[in-house]
Parts: sequence; structure tokens; C-alpha cells
Amino acid sequence: MNEQDLRGEIAAVKEGRLSRRDFVQRMLAVGLTAPMAGMMLAHSGVAMAAQDFPYKPTKAGGGGPLKLLFWQAPTLLNPHFAIGTKDQEAARAFYEPLAGWDAEGNLVPVLAAEIPSMANGTVAADGTFVIWKLKQGVTWHDGHPFTADDVIFNWQYATDPETSAVTSGDYKHIKAIEKIDDHTIRVVFAQPTPLWMTGFVGGGSALIPKHLFGDYIGAKSREAPNNLKPVGTGAYLFVDFKPGDVLLGKLNPNYHVPNRPYFDTLEIKGGGDAVSAARAVLQTGEYDYAWNLQVEDEILLKLESGGAGQVEIVPGGNFEFILLNATDPWTEVDGERSSIRTKHPVLSDPAVRAAINMLIDRASVQKYVYGRGGIATANCINNPARYRSPNTSFEFSIAKANELLDGAGWKKGASGIREKDGKQLKLVFQTSINAPRQKNQAIIKQACQKAGIELELKSIVGSVFFSSDTANPDTYAHFYCDMEMYQWFTLSPEPQNFMNQYVSWEVASKANKWQGRNISRWQSKDYDDLYRELTREIDPVKRAALYIRLNDTVCAGHHVLPQLSRPRMSGLRRGLQTHSSGWDNDLWQLPNWYREG
Amino acid sequence: MGNYLLRRLIVAVPSLLGISLILFVLLALAPGDPFGELATNPNVPPEVREALRVKFGMNDPILLRYVRWLIAMMHGDWGFSFASRVNVDTLILQRIPTTLYVVGTAQILALAVALPVGVLAARRPYSIFDQIANTFAFIGFSLPTFFTGLLLILIFSVNLGWLPFVYRADLQATGWQWWWESIKQAIMPITVLGLYQAASYTRYVRSAVLDVIKLDYVTTARAKGLDERKVIVKHVVRNALIPVVTLVALQMPTVFGGAIVTEQIFRIPGIGSLLISAILANDTPVIMAVTFVFACLVVLFNLIADILYGWLDPRISFR
Repeated sequence: MNEQDLRGEIAAVKEGRLSRRDFVQRMLAVGLTAPMAGMMLAHSGVAMAAQDFPYKPTKAGGGGPLKLLFWQAPTLLNPHFAIGTKDQEAARAFYEPLAGWDAEGNLVPVLAAEIPSMANGTVAADGTFVIWKLKQGVTWHDGHPFTADDVIFNWQYATDPETSAVTSGDYKHIKAIEKIDDHTIRVVFAQPTPLWMTGFVGGGSALIPKHLFGDYIGAKSREAPNNLKPVGTGAYLFVDFKPGDVLLGKLNPNYHVPNRPYFDTLEIKGGGDAVSAARAVLQTGEYDYAWNLQVEDEILLKLESGGAGQVEIVPGGNFEFILLNATDPWTEVDGERSSIRTKHPVLSDPAVRAAINMLIDRASVQKYVYGRGGIATANCINNPARYRSPNTSFEFSIAKANELLDGAGWKKGASGIREKDGKQLKLVFQTSINAPRQKNQAIIKQACQKAGIELELKSIVGSVFFSSDTANPDTYAHFYCDMEMYQWFTLSPEPQNFMNQYVSWEVASKANKWQGRNISRWQSKDYDDLYRELTREIDPVKRAALYIRLNDTVCAGHHVLPQLSRPRMSGLRRGLQTHSSGWDNDLWQLPNWYREG
Repeated sequence: MGNYLLRRLIVAVPSLLGISLILFVLLALAPGDPFGELATNPNVPPEVREALRVKFGMNDPILLRYVRWLIAMMHGDWGFSFASRVNVDTLILQRIPTTLYVVGTAQILALAVALPVGVLAARRPYSIFDQIANTFAFIGFSLPTFFTGLLLILIFSVNLGWLPFVYRADLQATGWQWWWESIKQAIMPITVLGLYQAASYTRYVRSAVLDVIKLDYVTTARAKGLDERKVIVKHVVRNALIPVVTLVALQMPTVFGGAIVTEQIFRIPGIGSLLISAILANDTPVIMAVTFVFACLVVLFNLIADILYGWLDPRISFR
């Protein structure tokens, strides 16, 4: 089925000749996923099916206390200052964005009356503006009405450099926001912007009220009393907060969605460690929910076996990968190693890279190290399903790796290590200190040894490895060695910002204080061109195709070797219903949470 | 005496300055970045992170930052936390009551156990009671608190389900219920800390009493036909306690400093857990303030211990 046929089918649905369900069925038959089909219909002006989360309670309240355990305690409650996801989550309990992302990567309105679309004329055909219609009758917790002024204020607040907001980057594409009426705004972009929703939806984009923060824009931002006493639009009213310890809330009787929330009080307790947090939910049932369980799956399975709770596994875009350095880490040029002006002595040979790719036993690492927390993959983009490439595959074969290396002229020397033109296949492989990563490293080292490649393993304390310290040569961004392994995160189902970590102009170097995001220093003109096309492309069907081609280009380069897709794990006490999504905060559906049984 | 005090206080100033300089430089040189987590968020461009660093003065030379910190500190401005953007003194004051309650009670428990056991053990050295007390004391201080803490959690929370293992400073109950719950949740941490401390105190008290009990004046007291109780309480313990009092005074800073490991295990929102989370988040102003306050307390209580010593034992004079 080509693009022409697709458009014909969509037209058929539009004119009523084909039912929505039949269309989705046909798409499934040709290998497209249901969400993808839904997205295409929505884009072409066929209304999205109303988002329906099962919610059984018939009235607000009556659910008793809801107790959440975060092993990293939230330290602040202003979403514009949230350094980590823990702070975003805490702020999200009180503040809300215009819309959220559901598990399939579709937008669900929260403070918006509807999701803008090209069909309604609320998204410009050329991507230069978007019109948001806001939900009517929403009030802040203190009774003030929520209006367009509040939305505009958030943009002004975050983009004032004196405010020191971490969200300032989300709004940099916006040229102006015009107020059409009290509940309608027009966001105008400096250039065509396919990601017109950025800044107003999903994790970290919750809105704060103008009437309370208006006087604290800019340098005085830190003095706002409401930084620690949120007055939002959410389902829970703020009661008390001790930074780094506990956050309390209670039911908001005037919440803008009827019959919600179910729980009478909210408690978010922080601190401790992930394992005991898992224990408090899965084994003793002292708490209802444990956030971000970075715990070995073996332990989780043991804790779950009592039946007091279960682990919720939420697929998202996070993935663990290995980078093969494209530049020479052992030669210094103008005061920096791994300079883009050098070439790696052995890894520049594609046969060596392909062989190493075959020596990574992804399936075993999944089975014996990560369990449900790491799914073997050959892709950089693993989710949402509509952007996952069907063209890639991985294979573990020592024999084939040996064949490849023999064919490329790498001969085994007396020590069993392969060499060619006096260069030996001896590589240094670094990662952060973290038990599963060290096991992973050892598995790869063993396989490489059998193929005549010697790996020297190096592990670096996480706080050093992931720091942005320009003076420290051991950070992941300096990449002063041949191979490294770590995980990268994304919270957005639109991986456009995620994929800019492979473009040429992002190469990390001394000149940009190693802030560049292309760490492997792999450069490809094809990739750059595709990426530029992506940033201009508005049609979701073409974007999906572009994402897949971008992914395939990176993977074919073999400088980035995807290994595992890492879902988010959280602990739920038996009966708790959460509707989690890997594309938004864990608490994005907090108003709809309830308990069964 | 007044002269001595003044001299000691003046000497304390350069040592505190030295401590603060070393702390500051160490923290500045240590790897890590409070905005490190932003680096892993693809939606936050590096410029934003750089702008924050500049805004919070983190790219300036170390000495300049130190002088700036010192001047602010002298004005009573402790700075603000990078992680929560709250003033550091507010954060510390929030944590003090919990730490005082838990660590303070543990110290009292430790003394309540160590004093009688130590004295009784020393009265009849190598008796069965002494052997048992010694064995427990050795076990007590060889087992680290993280081990005993986890052990108690396993027994009383997981297996028996009697006690909660997540400490909550904001209990929702009122009246008797509140008292009952706050005692219940504090039992395990106080026991862990108290018994650990009691073990070493017991050894101290025992050896101090042993030193005194053999002295001639004790024999004289007994020869006068004094009641054994009186001999022990009035003649022995009073003198034996002089070194113990100093030891306890030197332990006082920890009462304010919190117990890092135990607070972490039981999620007690005290100073110790504030320090550890600040260290993990590279929140320099908080680490600096907590460690500096701790240093001040150590210097202060050293002074108090010296003065107490002289007051208890008039043979020592201040010069």
C-alpha cells in the first residue's frame, strides 16, 4: 500500500464510505499499528475516538488516603524549576498542562477543550501557528478563573532569562502568543514547527497561575511564596510540603472533571532507596505506589510473589546502547582527545564495528541481567510503535564475527589477539558503576575474547561519568576511550529532539565544552539531510517514515549499537488503577486513579 | 576562667575559617553538577543548563565564590539550595526537631542502658554478668547500624508486621493516636541507634569504674562500714563519671548532625538525610551549610567538654 492508496482510504473514511473500525482493521492488515492508524485519521480530519479511561467510582472522594513513595524525594513544586522528573511529578499533582500524552503517544486534553488539528484549522497547514481552545469553567484552587492570560504568562515567565527556568528551552520556538479571547490563544512560531505542542503538553509543561506568580517574574522568581505552596488546577489541593521529605494534599471539591478524584488525601513521601520502596508497596503494603523502581528484576519478582502488589511496566523511549568512537581517543589535537579531526585507528573499519555488533549477546543480557526491565532491541527508536523500524535485526554469532574479521584481514597474532598493519584489536570499554552494567560489560568482553578482540573494562562512578565537568576526562561526553555504554532518556513520544544526538553539528568537542550531544562523533551527510527534513515535515505519515529512515541510518553506521529498550517500572499495591503512560509523568492521570476490590 | 574562655573562642575562629575553606575547596573540586540530570533530558538544550550555571555563579573562580559565601555567611545569609531553591537555614530548621527527637532519645536510651550495666559489670569483674554484658557490648558495636536496621525491619515489619518502617514526620492522627503512632514508628530507629551507642558507652563506663573502684579511698569508705550502695553511688560513680561526661559531651554534635545511615534506612527526615540527599544531588550550598554547622558544633562542644571537665574535677585548672 503506497501513500496514494492510504490517502484514498482516509478519504473514504471521511466521506463515510468506510467505517473507522474497518479502516483500522485494514491498516493492521498491512502492518501498521492501531495508534498509527488513529493518528493518520486524526491528522486528516477524522475525529479521534474520545479517550476513555475506565473509571468505576461514581462520586468524588470516599477512597481514603493515597500514599505514594518516591525514593528520590521531591525538592520543589514549581514545574518551571523542576530539575528532575521527581520534581515534575510532585508539581503535576497540583498543576496541569493543556494536554497529556497517553500510552500510545496520542494527546489527551486536560486544560484544553480539544486537541488542535489541521482539520479544524487550529493547526496551520504550514505549521506556523496553532490555536488552543481552553476548557471553560476551570478555576485555580483559590477560586480565580483559569484563562488565556495564564497560558501566555507561563511563556513569558519561562523565557525571561532572569527567571532561571529549566523549561525555557521548550518555548524557544515561539515567536508570539496572541490572545483571541479569554479562552482561545494563537501561538505563532518563528518558523514552521511540526512539534507545535511543545511547551504546553506532557511532563514538565504544567501551568502556573498568573495572579500569584505575576509579580515574581525574572530575578525575583525565587522569592515567590507559592513556589512551595502550589495553587493549581489539579484534583488535589495543597496541604503541606517539606522539601526532600513529604508532600501532602487533599481532595479538591471543585475539580473540573466530575466525580474525581477518588482518594480523599494524597501523601507523597520521599527518601530512602528503591529496594525498600519496592518492599513497602509490594510486600508489606504500607504504601500504595512506588515510583521508578530501579531494582533488579530478580528482587522484584521475589517481592511480588506474596501477592500484596505488582510491578507496573510502562514502555517508553528510554534505551541502553553502546557507542563505538569514530575519532581517535588516544591522540591529542589542540588540547583535546577524541577530536573530530582524527579517525579511530581500528574502529574506522566497518568490518570491526559489524563484528562487535554481532558479539553483543542482547538476548542473554535481557534474560539474565535485566529481566522485564530491559528488552533486547536493534533500534534507537523503540516506541511508540508507529515509529519503530521493522527493517533492523540483531544476531549474536561468534562464528560470523570471526568470519567477518578474517575476511577484513585481521589475523590472530601469537597472543590470540587479532592485528592488521601493526594495529591490535585492543579496546577500552567504559561505563558507569551500576551492577547490571558491569555484568553486561563482562558478557560482552567474554564474547569479544572468543573473536580475538581484547576489551579492557573500565567503570566510572555515575556522578562523574554523567557530569558536565569540562575538566574531567572521564565523563561520557569526553568519551576518551574506544567504547562506552549508558542509557538515554526521552519523555516525548515525538523523538525529534531525541534524534538530534546523531547530527553532525552536535558533535561534542572542546569548543562546545563537550555540551554537544553527538557523543560517538559519527557523522553522516545522509542523516543530517534526513534530520533537517524532519524538522520541517508536518505530515505525520511522512514523519513516521522519516523517523524510521533516521533510525535505520544510525543503526547501519554501527557506531551506535542499540542494546536494550528500558521500560519504566513502578510498584502498585493490589487493586490500584493508574493508566500509566511512558510519554508523560507517572502521575499524569492522578485524578483518574482509583482502587478496585 | 573568663580569660580562658575568651582565648579559646579566639583560637576557634581561625580553625573554623580553615575548616570552611577546606570544605569549600573540596566541594568545588569534587566532580558532579547539580544540573547533571538536565543533561540527560533531550528536551532541555545545553544552553539552558549553562545559563543556570552562570546564574548561580558556578563558573566563577573558587576563591571568589568562597569569599562571596563567607561574606554572606557573616551577614547571616546561608544561601539557597540549588535543588529546591529554598533558603538553606529554612531547610535545616525544618529538619532539626526530628533529628533531636530520634537521635536525642537514642542517646538517652544509650546512657540509661550503659550506666547501670557498666557499673554493675565493673563491680564484679569477670563474673557471669560481666561476661554477658561484655559479649553483648562487643556484638553491639561490631554490628553496623545498617545491618541491625535491616534486620529489625525484616523481623518487625516484614515478618511480624508490627511496626512501620517508613518514618513520617507529618502524622495525620491527633491526640492519643498521634502519640501512639509517633512512638511506634520511632521504636526501631531509636533502638538501633541507642543500642549501638550503648555498647561503646558500656565499655567506657566499665573501665572508668574499674579504675576507680580499686583506689584506696574506696577501701577506706568500705572500712568505715558505709553501705555498699552509698559507696558505689557517692564515692565510685561520681568520680568515675568524669571521663564519661566528656565523652558524652563530645558526642553531642552527632545529636544535631543526625545519623546518616539510620535516617536513610528508615526515611527519617533529619539532618543526616538532608546531607546525604544534598550530596547525591551535588547541592553545594546545603552540603556546605550542614557540614559547617557540624564543624562549629564540634568546636563548641569540645570547649564545653573542657570546661565541664574542670568543673567536675577541680584539680584541673584553666590557664
